[in-house]
Amino acid sequence: MSDPLLPPVFLERRMYRRRRVMDALRLLPILGVLLWMLPLFWPTATDAPGGPAPMRMSHAVIYVFVVWAGLIAASAALWFALHRSASLAADSDADTPREAGRGARREAR
Amino acid sequence: MAFVNQLVAVSLVYVAFLFAIAFFAERAAARGRGGWLRSPLVYTLSLSIYCTAWTFYGAVGYAARSGMEFVTIYLGPSLVMIGWWWVLRKLVRIGRAQRATSVADLISARYGKSNLLAIVVTVMAVIGVTPYIALQLQSVTLSLSIFAAPEGDGSLNQLRAGFWIAFGLAIFTVLFGTRNLNANERHDGVVIAIAVEAMVKLVALLAVGIFVVWGIAGGIAPMMARIDASPIGEWNMDRSRWLALTALSAAAFLTLPRMFQVMVVENEDERHLQIASWAFPVYLMLMSLFVVPIAVIGLDLMPAGSNPDLFVLTVPLAQGQVGLATLSFLGGFSSATSMVIVATLALSTMVSNHVVMPVWLSAQSERAQVSGDVRDVVILSRRASILMIIGLGYFYYRFSGGGAALAAIGLISFVGVAQFLPAMLGGIFWRGATRWGALSGLVMGFSVWVFCSLLPSFGPGAVLSLATFEVGPWGLGWLRPHALFGIEGIDPTVHAIVWSLTLNTVSFILVSLVTFPDPLERLQGAQFVNVFDHSTRAQGWDAALATSEDLMIMTQRILGAAEAQSLFRAEAQKQGLDGHLPEPTQDFLQNLERELAASVGAATAHAMISQLVGGASVSVQDLMAVADESAQILEYSNQLEAKSSELSRTARQLRDANAKLTALSVQKDAFLSQISHELRTPMTSIRSFSEILRDTDGLGQVEKTKYASIIHGEAIRLTRLLDDLLDLSVLENGQVNLNLETGGLSAVLEKAVLTAQAGAHGPLDIRRRHLEETVSLTTDLDRLSQVFINLITNAQKYCDAATPCLTIDVRQDGPRIDVVFADNGTPIPDEAQALIFEKFARVGDQDGSGAGLGLAICREIMARLGGDISFAPGAQGNTFVVHLPRQMAMAAQ
Repeated sequence: MSDPLLPPVFLERRMYRRRRVMDALRLLPILGVLLWMLPLFWPTATDAPGGPAPMRMSHAVIYVFVVWAGLIAASAALWFALHRSASLAADSDADTPREAGRGARREAR
Repeated sequence: MAFVNQLVAVSLVYVAFLFAIAFFAERAAARGRGGWLRSPLVYTLSLSIYCTAWTFYGAVGYAARSGMEFVTIYLGPSLVMIGWWWVLRKLVRIGRAQRATSVADLISARYGKSNLLAIVVTVMAVIGVTPYIALQLQSVTLSLSIFAAPEGDGSLNQLRAGFWIAFGLAIFTVLFGTRNLNANERHDGVVIAIAVEAMVKLVALLAVGIFVVWGIAGGIAPMMARIDASPIGEWNMDRSRWLALTALSAAAFLTLPRMFQVMVVENEDERHLQIASWAFPVYLMLMSLFVVPIAVIGLDLMPAGSNPDLFVLTVPLAQGQVGLATLSFLGGFSSATSMVIVATLALSTMVSNHVVMPVWLSAQSERAQVSGDVRDVVILSRRASILMIIGLGYFYYRFSGGGAALAAIGLISFVGVAQFLPAMLGGIFWRGATRWGALSGLVMGFSVWVFCSLLPSFGPGAVLSLATFEVGPWGLGWLRPHALFGIEGIDPTVHAIVWSLTLNTVSFILVSLVTFPDPLERLQGAQFVNVFDHSTRAQGWDAALATSEDLMIMTQRILGAAEAQSLFRAEAQKQGLDGHLPEPTQDFLQNLERELAASVGAATAHAMISQLVGGASVSVQDLMAVADESAQILEYSNQLEAKSSELSRTARQLRDANAKLTALSVQKDAFLSQISHELRTPMTSIRSFSEILRDTDGLGQVEKTKYASIIHGEAIRLTRLLDDLLDLSVLENGQVNLNLETGGLSAVLEKAVLTAQAGAHGPLDIRRRHLEETVSLTTDLDRLSQVFINLITNAQKYCDAATPCLTIDVRQDGPRIDVVFADNGTPIPDEAQALIFEKFARVGDQDGSGAGLGLAICREIMARLGGDISFAPGAQGNTFVVHLPRQMAMAAQ
């Protein structure tokens, strides 16, 4: 049944996980930009009178630092995940699928 | 004042401690036990030189003035680090692959190792960073003066203090920054000292923060309440500044020369970057964590009008916490010194590699390998550059008067160095970026920065007149430094950021689009952009032109004798050679250039090698081989070319074979027609005469006999012709069996003469010299006599002299014997001489009895017997010479 040319299914799944971890790693700074640029929409003291009350500074401080801690935690978690899958799949290159594909093509030439 | 002296003493002890750490780190690294020096932790901590005295003192002042805006300066770098995968990963890989020594080196290497570009970047960096260095000096002297102020007589001479601080920093940087000039510009001592200072400033700021939150405010909740109740208790943010400063700090984090130094140049392992990607944001977050509380408490407790930039010191001091204040002072001192040391180091590398060395090299009339030691020159120029840069910082501090708020100076500096960003990012992501594009972008952005940010920072009337601010230079309203193109109301900093970077990027892209890069530039561009795809093969040197000895001498002068020798020996071993000198292959030259680049920068190393080698050869193949898709096309077209040349080779061979076959076919046709003709003539007469005999009645006996004789003669002629043809065919196919026997030449000639004269009708006088004929032969005597008979018969037939005469001479000439047959007939015409040995060749239109095969047969026989036969025209007749090889003949005893 099993074709010797195809790698085992569980390895395939691990590589799949690894690539999704990389995707998350790449998207994380974009999430960071979105979250940290959110204060652009907060009401300020100099806005037109009659608008909503300006954001309180303590809330602003807490927001900024919670986002910070969250991004760091996510980044560290992703790094650990990547690190573990890298040491598990020692045979696979640390490059992205695209680059790995290119490498294979180069070798084939 | 006494307390100031104590503080100075503490600082000196602290500096001595740093010296000791740096010294032992260098020692450990030199002994190869420096593994711990290069841990991810040290790497992360060394990145903290981003947090200078501007952070330590200025952030609190910034927060006291503008609330949360200070945090943008740390959000940008955090985003860059968290997004390391996008830019930093590539930057570090390129920096390591190209052995970049500075941001100027990287940009110059990307754009074809252009030294002009390197000089421009260096000058911009020096101008951009000098205010920043001045800022550090100012913050340390300012903090010292705080301790002096309570004393009555404590008028600390700030300028003198600034001078001594600058002097001490210069000494430290010279000692540990230029101790070695080895691979990759790494400075273990400096890095470890910076890591220690990073810990000190973090601990100091955290200690002050914890004291403020729990010691003064009484916990987190009361602290939050005090924040909301303070003058900065409401969110009051200029939205454009929030966005622009975050972007600016991200850009400056990538382009600051000192950040490039610790992040790329001092990077040991790319995995350290991955760990720093989350560890460094932790550091930044901790550094920022207590800034707002300290600012709020400072605003609350300190008398109105006190400098908020110094709250970190004055708040503990006002609470009587002298120890904490001292720690805080050391933290600020650490921030300032580490920044100055690394920034100076980075700048001095740039100045020395891109300004001093090229000038020195071009000033050398001799070639690079014959003059004195380059190492000394490099180290000397580094040290001079360090002194010059710190001197510049000191003078800027001295003449600017140190009035402006710390944050303002820092931001100006940031905008200046951020101008490198388009050239840098464009260089590593866009292959179309060109040298002229980068140059025009840099110059454009820099000009806008100087006009809109740097010059106005001295205040109206200082450098730019008030009128310039009001109505623009020369009355051009659209050129007002704070309202370019007439757009007013933008925050001045945002204005400078947006316009300088926009115009920089636009001109970078536009000029890149319309200019054409030279081959080296394209090659480097491909290597930078596709750094993950390619092994780093730089441009090819024309390796044949360099000698290993010259290279060795030059390398020794830059790397030192021991290192150069070990490098060359390793290369020689890699090439499988025994000696110390490797062959100057292309690979080796590229490797060597990279090694040298680590010490003197890419442009200088390139220039030095090109002095020896005489110019790089960038072939089209090189260019195309690095481009992946082009390489495939090239590969394909190479294959096609190979196939097509193979095809044309085959076609040529086929054409040749065809020509040969055609020639053979023509020969065969000619032969057949000759044969047919030869056979047909006797057959015709046989047929005619036999018809006459059959059909004509009343033929007389005489006539019958006559016709029958003719038929008989023609039949004999036919038989002879067929015999000859058969004979020739056997001889030509090499199927003949030689019947070797031994006999005298004389006997062979005798037999031949007798046989030839037997059927002869004309008289032929044959003259022989019997004495010379006493030679014994071992050969096929029958065949040899056949040759002789043929020659004698020919003479009988064709000699047209009145008294035909044939002289047979035997000449023994060294290794061979010649038998010469000379007659006295009419010589054969020149044009016919070449043909007489060919089949069916007959001279003139003679009696036609011969088929023209005789001489052809003679030639074949002689070839079989190992000799040959040739024609030698004589004055009075024709001479045929039969050559017999020596082993065939033995003189008779």
